[in-house]
Amino acid sequence: MIRIENLKKSYKNIHALKGVSFRVPPGELFAYLGPNGAGKTTTIRILSGLSRRSGGDAWLGGFHIEKESLKAKKNFGMVMQSINLDQELTIFENLDIHGRLFNMSSAKRREKIDELLAYVDLIDRKKSLVKQLSGGMKRRLMIARAMVHSPRILFLDEPTVGLDAEIRRRIWGLIKKIQNRGTTILLTTHYIEEAEFLADRVAFLDEGKIVVIDTPQKLMDQTGDWAIDRMDGDKIKTVYFKTRQEADAFITRQQESYTLRRVNLEDSFLSFTGKKVLC
Amino acid sequence: MLNGLTAVYLREMLILKRRINRQILSMSVSPLLYLIAFGYAMGDGARFDGHTYIEFLIPGLVAMSSMTQAFAISTDINVARFYWHIFEEFQAAPISNAAYVAGEVLAGMTRAFIAVVVILSIGLFFKVILDYCNPLFWLAIGLNSFLFASLAVGLAMLVKSHADQSLLTNFVITPMAFLGGTFFPVDRLPVWAAKIIFLLPLTHASKAIRQTAFGSLPGCFPYLLLAAIGLIFFVIALKCVNQARD
Repeated sequence: MIRIENLKKSYKNIHALKGVSFRVPPGELFAYLGPNGAGKTTTIRILSGLSRRSGGDAWLGGFHIEKESLKAKKNFGMVMQSINLDQELTIFENLDIHGRLFNMSSAKRREKIDELLAYVDLIDRKKSLVKQLSGGMKRRLMIARAMVHSPRILFLDEPTVGLDAEIRRRIWGLIKKIQNRGTTILLTTHYIEEAEFLADRVAFLDEGKIVVIDTPQKLMDQTGDWAIDRMDGDKIKTVYFKTRQEADAFITRQQESYTLRRVNLEDSFLSFTGKKVLC
Repeated sequence: MLNGLTAVYLREMLILKRRINRQILSMSVSPLLYLIAFGYAMGDGARFDGHTYIEFLIPGLVAMSSMTQAFAISTDINVARFYWHIFEEFQAAPISNAAYVAGEVLAGMTRAFIAVVVILSIGLFFKVILDYCNPLFWLAIGLNSFLFASLAVGLAMLVKSHADQSLLTNFVITPMAFLGGTFFPVDRLPVWAAKIIFLLPLTHASKAIRQTAFGSLPGCFPYLLLAAIGLIFFVIALKCVNQARD
């Protein structure tokens, strides 16, 4: 459904993407995990036509993103990191204009808008101005807007950034529901737990390059099962172990305080790239 | 193409509808001040082509406001681009550049026509009634606003910030507003100045609007010129949409 081959992007002397390649089959939720500046948003901006590629190729639903751009654009919906809603328009008007951009009939637009607003729990606010909504509501509205034309692919660029934990979990539930409808999702995030909870497969992106792609479980398995965090001077050092017994044996030799915990994706990212996701 | 155009135009009109009272008020301020300051100051003593200065001034203000209001669509586009990021919605939608540009140009022209109606209504308070039923009067306004709305869309795609936009307005639109035959007859200027001012499209728009409002026929030239320059700016705007991608 999504095919990217050797995608590159340079801004003058800065190489934001240095030849990224991956494929996402239909119905998969593929997470793009990396620190700020790794190239996550750049990839989505190129795929959605907001930025020009410097090299490589990409196809969405079989259509090349530049040579067949109008056909490729019909295949995806997009939720960007910044709130890009018309604040002076109502919820309905925002969705209606989106439907018109995708050439939907009036009856189809009305039907779909009502269905989606019920889906994201905003049906009672249909006539409210967007500027009157909370941050979480605006995010849900952006997801609804991206789904108005029933796209086969959904790009989610940091969809929960800046939201509190409860609303974030609510949006995760919504994303799962959308995936269960058969939508292919490309999610960028720097929240470890988001990728761990949602993703079928994860790509670790660092300095414009993909370091590894696999399922969250396999990535964590390659790192170990258990982790011990201990102070080393003024820094925290983490040691990984395949079994609890190995970890326990290490603990018996410890003089200073430590924390024993299960390995997570952050640990995998650290072991593959030598960096933390949240720098 | 029609659906994209309708969506872009409808969005601008919905926003305009929300702001219409403020918008009409702001469209009224400058013409009202010019009419009071220049119109009353000159009185009935000064006559141009057999008309009072207020009668001379109103078609000039129509030309000027149709230009500035059509060009003001660039500010709305920039707010949508740099502040609200709504422009991304249009960039990612399956619509052609022509649909986007045509929608925005039409929105600019609509604002221009509203501003003209506001000026003509203010003119009524000053007891100025000219020949507004002449279709050529409205055609000149339409072509003038088409030209400047097309220029506005093209420039809005090229600028990198709000500050760049203000610079363009200060260096291009403001001088033209004062020099383009709006406040004084161009033929009274020295030859060298008249030659420079002849190059400004607003000069020809002012002339056509004024002549039709006074009940005479301006000939084809100003209409053909405005249409030709407008089309060139429209085509340039189409090319500039791609430049807005980083």
